[in-house]
Amino acid sequence: MNWLVELVLYLLLLTTAILALSVRDLLAGAAAATAFTFTMALLFVSMGAIDVGFTEAVVGAGIVGVYFIAAVFQTSRRTRD
Amino acid sequence: MTNPSESVIIVVVSRALARLIQLFGIYVIIHGHYSPGGGFQGGALLAAGVILLRMTEGYRESQTETSTAAAIPLASLGALIFAGTGLVTLAFGGYYMDYGAVPVPGVEEPIVRYYGILLVEFGIGLAVMTALVAIFDDMLGQAPGGDGEHAPAESTGAPPKI
Repeated sequence: MNWLVELVLYLLLLTTAILALSVRDLLAGAAAATAFTFTMALLFVSMGAIDVGFTEAVVGAGIVGVYFIAAVFQTSRRTRD
Repeated sequence: MTNPSESVIIVVVSRALARLIQLFGIYVIIHGHYSPGGGFQGGALLAAGVILLRMTEGYRESQTETSTAAAIPLASLGALIFAGTGLVTLAFGGYYMDYGAVPVPGVEEPIVRYYGILLVEFGIGLAVMTALVAIFDDMLGQAPGGDGEHAPAESTGAPPKI
């Protein structure tokens, strides 16, 4: 049962990573990167590293996601290249 | 992002939610020495509560939380508590951050270590919380010496882009 959860999490990790790199809207890219980080935190917890997963969830999904949005707020919303 | 949110629901809910997040942050700091988490994670949670209020109440309204001017001095104070606890143990003849070396009359050594770790965690939490808030204010251009000092938040007539 545990391997099934991890397989779903790995697929979600791949999906959000590809989405964060390929999407044109920078705000959607920041949201996808935050989702990637939170999936990574869930994977850490499923592997037994509670402390690492907790740090990843708090810093990656909580603080860095807001910093990404603040950085997008300072620039244009859509990428040009 | 620097202006207050127009929705009353968002402001009221985020006010209640920020207190819950900060309460959990204090819980994580206090239980840092025997459960997952610690000063860094608890400080990041405390900063998350402040940043949530910065985003919803607006920059000016949320100055009562952690004001921009006080952020960097408080971060320095946290770092001072962290390093100073280690230097105090050094002064009593122990190693750096060897809390058991501090002789407190009537208190056994494990209890001294317990409160020494708690003091260090508190210093880390204070430093991390205020430093993250200072970084967020700096990214918005609102920090003292930044662009925001010459162009206050209410004078930007254009609505925020996002």
